[in-house]
This record gives sequence, C-alpha cells and structure tokens, in this order.
Amino acid sequence: MSVDIAVIDYGMGNLRSVSKAIEHVAPAMTVVVTSDPGVIAGAGRVVFPGQGAAPDCMREIDARGLRQVIIDVAHSKPFLGICMGMQVLFEHSEEGDTACLGILPGTVQRFPAEAMVDAEGNKLKVPHMGWNNVHQTSAHPLWAGIEEGERFYFVHSYFVQPAMPDVIAGFSHYPFPFTCAVAAANIFAVQFHPEKSHNAGMALLGNFVTWNPGEAEAASDMSGAACT
Amino acid sequence: MLAKRIIPCLDVTDGRVVKGVNFVELKDAGDPVEIARRYNEAGADELTFLDITATSDNRDLILHIIEAVASEVFIPLTVGGGVRAVADVQRLLNAGADKVGINTSAVLNPQLVKDAADRYGSQCIVVAIDSKRVGDHWEVFTHGGRTATGLDAVEWAKKMANLGAGELLLTSMDRDGTKSGFDLELTRAISDAVDIPIIASGGVGNLQHLVDGIREGHADAVLAASIFHFGEYGVDEAKRYMKQHGIEVRL
Repeated sequence: MSVDIAVIDYGMGNLRSVSKAIEHVAPAMTVVVTSDPGVIAGAGRVVFPGQGAAPDCMREIDARGLRQVIIDVAHSKPFLGICMGMQVLFEHSEEGDTACLGILPGTVQRFPAEAMVDAEGNKLKVPHMGWNNVHQTSAHPLWAGIEEGERFYFVHSYFVQPAMPDVIAGFSHYPFPFTCAVAAANIFAVQFHPEKSHNAGMALLGNFVTWNPGEAEAASDMSGAACT
Repeated sequence: MLAKRIIPCLDVTDGRVVKGVNFVELKDAGDPVEIARRYNEAGADELTFLDITATSDNRDLILHIIEAVASEVFIPLTVGGGVRAVADVQRLLNAGADKVGINTSAVLNPQLVKDAADRYGSQCIVVAIDSKRVGDHWEVFTHGGRTATGLDAVEWAKKMANLGAGELLLTSMDRDGTKSGFDLELTRAISDAVDIPIIASGGVGNLQHLVDGIREGHADAVLAASIFHFGEYGVDEAKRYMKQHGIEVRL
C-alpha cells in the first residue's frame, strides 16, 4: 500500500484528532497513523505530532527505534511538526533537562514564572491554553489564505528558542513574543494545534497536504541547519 | 493576545442531548452531532460533553458521539462523566476527545489524576470541582453535589494542580441553576491560588455574568449550558458583548 501521509505514532497522546483533521482536508489521500519506520520512510509526507513531556517523548521515540527515520524524513519529505513534535526537533529542552533530536539548532524553555503577568498586572496561567493570535513573519506556502494575526488553539508550557532567527515563520505573545512556527526547507513546525483550530487550522493542514518544497530550496536552506 | 474562552456544555444521556436546544431549524434537538456543529459555527471555543447516563449499559454511546463529532468539528472537545480509571480516559481520548473531565473519581482516588496526567499529559486532564459554601469556606462535593467530602475547595484545587491537572472546571453548587451569576468570590479564590487555567461554571443567567466571571472571578474560560441551549443568547452574541466590555475574545 502506498501511503500519502504518515502520522508518526510514538505513544505520546491521542493522534485521532490529527488523523481525522488530515483526512478531512485530504479525503482522496491515504493517511495512516503508524510507528513503523518502513511505512514512515515510504510515505509521501509526514506529520509528527506529540503531547506530554519531553523526556517521555524522547524515550518513546527511541524505544520504538524511530529516531533515525524521523531525522531522515525531516530532511527529505514535506514534514509537519505539531506541538511536542515541534519542540523535540530542537537540540535541548529545559523540560526534564532533555537532549532532543537536534534537527534544528536551538532550545526549548518554560514560560518563566516571573514574566507571567499581563499589561494590567493580572497573573497569566501556565499552560498557555486557548486561542491566540499568530503573526506570520514570512510568506510561507503554509500560510496561504490564512490572515495575518489569525487565532489558533494552543496548549503548552514550553516554547522553542531557535538559535537561527531565519527559521522563524511565526510568533505569538504570552505576554512576550515567542516563536510559534518555524520553517526550514521541507520542515514546517508549529506550537499550536492546527487540528483543533477550526477553519484556520484546516487551511494550514490543507496547505501542507499539497505543499511541495523545491529541492533546490531544500538543499540550500538545510545547509545552515545541519543535523547534529 | 490570548482570548478568554466560551464553552457551551451539553448534557448527554443514552446518546442524546438532554435539555432543549433552541437553534433555528434544528431538525433533531437531541442530536449531539448537529448541536456540536451549530455551536462550532456560532464560534464556540471548545465544547464540553457531560455524560449523565445512569446505566452502565449505555455508557459506550458517548464514545460513538465523540467519534462522530470529532470527525467534523475541529475544536477542542472535553468529555466528562463516569471516568473512573485510566482505561476510561484512554477510551475517550481514542474516540476523539481532547480532554477528559474527572470529578468524583478524583476525590475517591486522587492517584487517578496523577496516573492519567503522567500517561497522557496534563493538557488532557480537567479536574471538575463541585463546591458549596460551608461556613467561612468552600467545601468539595461529589456525586453531583449530593455527597460532602470535608475537603476545602481551595486546598483541593492546589492539590489537583500539583498532581497534574491541566485545567480546573469549577462549579458552584450554590449557584448552579439559579441564573444569579457565578460565585465570583469562590472563582477568584481558586483562580488566584493556582497557576493552571480555571473554567467558571454554575449560575450564568445573562451575558454580564460571563463578563463578571472573567473580570471579577479571574476565570480563564466560562462554561454555560442553559443560556445557550434555550436560545436566550447565542455564543456569537455573548462574545460580542464580552468584547464590548473590553474582554479579549476570538470572533
């Protein structure tokens, strides 16, 4: 069976929402939720979701022997990271002092308690949960048809800090600006949940399932973001 | 800026939504899927389903409902009612729920909250707290408000947050059904005591109550059932009202 889209299952949370949403925007495509490295390697494009804590995610990735195939497909196919699937692409997470995949240079850190106050002096809760505005910093194909400042659904306590600002594709405020979308060659990754973000989320997923990052672009953009 | 959330709550029993839902031209007032779709179109930020099915025979019906809703309504779905074990959490998540509400079982077995959060992540564990004022403090009640626990609601909220709850759904049993507004003092006491988001519930009778719950009660989200079900107000109308009163909402 040829698989159009593989959703990587590494035992971290519920992937039904992700697969259902992709099936909704791509009714003619074959979508499988899988932990089989061969299926992932053979798929046309790959979605890398994830919930839970970074140490558990990394442990489960390795327990299923998925580290290498994730690194491979992140360098070779249209690849969408979501939430924890975005965070573990970076080198290190403050959550449980965890070494991550190191596909993108940078770190993951927690919303610092001392900063969590809004302009009126009210306490801001962590996790950052709910609908927040996403500001686009590049004209990426995955933003096509999505308004600048559109709201997406977030739920997370940690955020990424890319070492190279040129991978930043979008940011949000809580209360300070933080990176919520990154793009590098054939990788696009978001902190929010497109699968739970109603029309805007479906637009982003719809853009992903037809996205064809150019090979030349892939080669040149990845040179600065080499896997470590 | 992060928007405050409005969450309609649907009571489901034996696979049907109970309480009349007054959408115009709704073909089947008890069909959970159609009702969910309508609320989604009206701008609901999330949906909560409370399974009040009395008999265990029909418990699985909620799973079919969630499967059907999750296939076409792409906003967060919370399901509560009858969750007793990690296996129940798993079944609901597998059916398409994004969050699972735990109420009575959290009191009977607090370890369930920790085990479920460890296994599936705090983001999908909502601890529901039913509380009544007793003397100079608030006490936690279970079994739909019938059973006193002797637990102090503020201390209990802190304990649940520490065990891994990602969010608290706080219902004032004193106000529930009264349409006299949230218990703002209770909501504020708990919201200020924990770092995780609070959903205020119980007592909403008009749109100003929603504003008060956020402004005065410091709630992060407001849950309401009857004002929406009986068509007194639309979710979109509620959001416009909140925005007019300076509250950040998703429109």
